[in-house]
Amino acid sequence: MSSQLLRALRIVLMVMVGLFFLFPLLWVVLMSFMTNVDILRSPPSPFFVPTLRNYLALISGHLSTSSGNVQIDYMHNLLNSVILSVCSVVVSLILGVPAAYAFARYKFRGGEDMAFTLLSFRFAPPLLVLLPLLGYFQTLHLYDTYFGLVWVYQLITLPLVLWIVRGYFEDVSEDIELAYRLDGHGWLATFFKISIPLARPGIAAAGLLSFIFAWNNFIFALILGSSDVQPVTVGALAFITASGIEYGQIAAALVLSVIPTLVLAIFTQRYLVEGLSLGAIKG
Amino acid sequence: MSTLTLTDVSKVYPGSSERSVDDVSMAIKDGEIIALLGSSGCGKTSTLRMVAGFESVTSGTIRIGDTVINRLKPSERNVAMAFEGYALYPPLKVRDNIAFSLLRGRTAKAEIDRRVKAVSDMLELGPMLEKFPPNLSGGQQQRVSLARALVRDASAYLLDEPMSQLEPQLRALLRARIKDHMTLHRMTTVIVTHDQTEAIALSDRVAVMDKGLLQQFGTPEDLRERPANLFVASFIGEPPMNLYTAEVGGGELVVLDERGTPAFRIPCQPGEFAGRRRLSIGIRPHRVHLGAPGNGAAGGSDALIPGEVLSNHWLGDHSHAGIGIGGCFLIAVADRHVEAGVGSQVVLRIPRDAIHIFDDETGLAVAHGLSA
Ligand SMILES: Nc1ncnc2c1ncn2[C@@H]1O[C@H](COP(=O)(O)OP(=O)(O)OP(=O)(O)O)[C@@H](O)[C@H]1O
Ligand SMILES: [Mg+2]
Repeated sequence: MSSQLLRALRIVLMVMVGLFFLFPLLWVVLMSFMTNVDILRSPPSPFFVPTLRNYLALISGHLSTSSGNVQIDYMHNLLNSVILSVCSVVVSLILGVPAAYAFARYKFRGGEDMAFTLLSFRFAPPLLVLLPLLGYFQTLHLYDTYFGLVWVYQLITLPLVLWIVRGYFEDVSEDIELAYRLDGHGWLATFFKISIPLARPGIAAAGLLSFIFAWNNFIFALILGSSDVQPVTVGALAFITASGIEYGQIAAALVLSVIPTLVLAIFTQRYLVEGLSLGAIKG
Repeated sequence: MSTLTLTDVSKVYPGSSERSVDDVSMAIKDGEIIALLGSSGCGKTSTLRMVAGFESVTSGTIRIGDTVINRLKPSERNVAMAFEGYALYPPLKVRDNIAFSLLRGRTAKAEIDRRVKAVSDMLELGPMLEKFPPNLSGGQQQRVSLARALVRDASAYLLDEPMSQLEPQLRALLRARIKDHMTLHRMTTVIVTHDQTEAIALSDRVAVMDKGLLQQFGTPEDLRERPANLFVASFIGEPPMNLYTAEVGGGELVVLDERGTPAFRIPCQPGEFAGRRRLSIGIRPHRVHLGAPGNGAAGGSDALIPGEVLSNHWLGDHSHAGIGIGGCFLIAVADRHVEAGVGSQVVLRIPRDAIHIFDDETGLAVAHGLSA
C-alpha cells in the first residue's frame, strides 16, 4: 500500500521536474511557429495559426521587418558552427587522448602541474585572455579565420577531453595492456588495440561534451571573428533589428541550432550509458 | 622450455627507500617447476614483473637460456604470465581471450581451436568459452587467465597465485592436471602461491621469500627437514614448528620458557655446542610421539619429557594436542586418535634427528638433529 503511494508520489514529482525543465523548450518550439504578433499577445495563448514563415525566412536569408527587408545569413552561421565545433573536437581528441593516456600511465616531472594548468584555463574569465589575443591575432593574420578560432576553442575542449579521458584510462587495469604486450605486441599497437577501445565510452562522452561546449560558445567568435566565421550563437544577434526583436525567428534559429547536438546526443547515448557503467570492467 | 636464471636481482621502486626485492639469485632448470612462497608484500609479484619486463631491474641480471633479458621489451621476452588480477580483456569472449596470443603467430585456425579446447577442458572451462569475462565469477575468470598463459608456447611461464580463488576440490583436481601438463610439455614455470600444500604438490623446488630476501631455495623435503633459518622453520609446516630458546649446559640443552626459567632438558653430547651459550631449537609437531607415563623406557637415546595435556582436538584424520611442559607450550600432531584427556599426564618422546638447532642471533641453522 505504502509502496504504491510512494510510486505515485515519485511519478508526480518526476512529471513536475520534467515540466519545469521541458516547458521552456516546448514554449520555444511553439514560438518558432508563431508570428511576432501571436508571441507578443497578452495574455499568451497556446491557440494560434501555426506558420512556417520564421523557418522560411531563416533558410532563404530574407528577413522582412516593418522597416524593410534585412539580409541575414543564418544558414552560413549554422555551417560555421558545424565547422568550428567539429574541427575543435577532432583536434582536441587527436591531441588530448594520447596526452590523457600519458598523464594516466606515466608519472613524469611536472606532469600534474601541466594537467592542472590545462584545467585552469577553464577558471579564468575568457574576456581576460581574449582582448590581448585579439592583438596577437591581428598581427598573425589569424583574426577572422577558422584556424584561429579552432585554435582558441582548444581552451574549452582540450581540458575537457584531457580530464575526462584520463579518468577512463586510469580505470582500465594496466595489467590488461601488459598482458597484450607480453603476447608480443609493441606499446603503440597496445595503445590502439587495447587502451583506446577500452576507453571508448569515455572518449565518446568527452567528445560529445566538448562538442556541446564548443557549439554553445559565444564570446570567442564575437571578438575574434567577423560574420564570415561566426557561429549561430553570435549570428542570432542579427535578429535584434532596428525595428524590434524578431522573437519568432530567434525561436526558429534556436530550434535549428539545437537539432545537431540533439541528434549527436541520441546517437552517442549508448556510449554515455556504457561510460557510466564502466565500473563493471575493472578488476 | 628454457632455463631462467636470476643473479643478484634487486628492485627499489622509485620514491621508496627499501629494497622490495633484495639480491635474489635463483637458477631454474629447463622444464623445472618452482614455487615462490612467502607472506604478503615480500616481493613475489615484483620478482615476476621484473622477469616479464614490466618493471625495470634495479641491479642484477635475468637470463633466459644464455640471453640476458634485462633490457628486452616484454614483447621480446617470450614469457607467458597469469596475472594476480586476471587482466582479461572484457570485450572479447573467453574463447578469444584464450586464443588471443595464438592469433598473432601463424598458427593455423584448426590448431588454435585444438589447443584452446585442450587447455579449456583441462581447466573445466568448456561451458564458459562463449561468455564474456565480466559475466564470470572470480574463480572462473582466474582459470581463464591461467588458460591464457598455459596455451602459449613460451620460454618461461609466470603464474601469480593462479588458483587462489578456487574451492578446495577443484583446486586439488586442477593441480594434478596442471602438474601433468607442465611436466609433459617441459614448461619452465614459476608459481607464486600462499598455499604450502599447493607449493609442495606442484613444484620441484620451492623458493621461500621474506622482506624481499630469498630465504631458502630447495626441494620440499629440504625445507621440511633442513630449514636454512628460523624464518623458514616457522613458515613451512602446518602447524608450524615449535620454537624455543635454550641454554647450552654440560651434556644437555636447557629449554627456557618465555620468562627465561628452565622448563625442560634435552640431553646431547657433551661439547656438542661448545663455544655457544644460547641457541634456538625447533621441534616439528609431527615428529613428537605421545606416550603414557611409564611406557617411556622404549625411548632408547631419544629425549623423554613429561608433560600435561592442555588441549586435544581430533581433526578427522589426525589429532592436535597442546602440551604444557613447565612454562613451555608444545604442539604435537599424531595421525591417530589420542585418548589422553585434558589434564592428564603424558610422556613426549622426541627423536634426536627431529631437533633443529639455530643460531640465537642470526637465526641461521646450526644443525638438523643431535648427534647420537
Ligand atoms: N608499483 C609499486 N611502487 C612502489 N612500491 C611497490 C610497488 N609494487 C609493489 N611495491 C612494494 O613492494 C613490496 C613487494 O610487493 P609485491 O607486490 O611484490 O608483494 P607480493 O609478495 O606479491 O605480495 P602479495 O602476496 O600480497 O601479492 C611491497 O612492500 C609493496 O609495497
Ligand atoms: Mg603479489
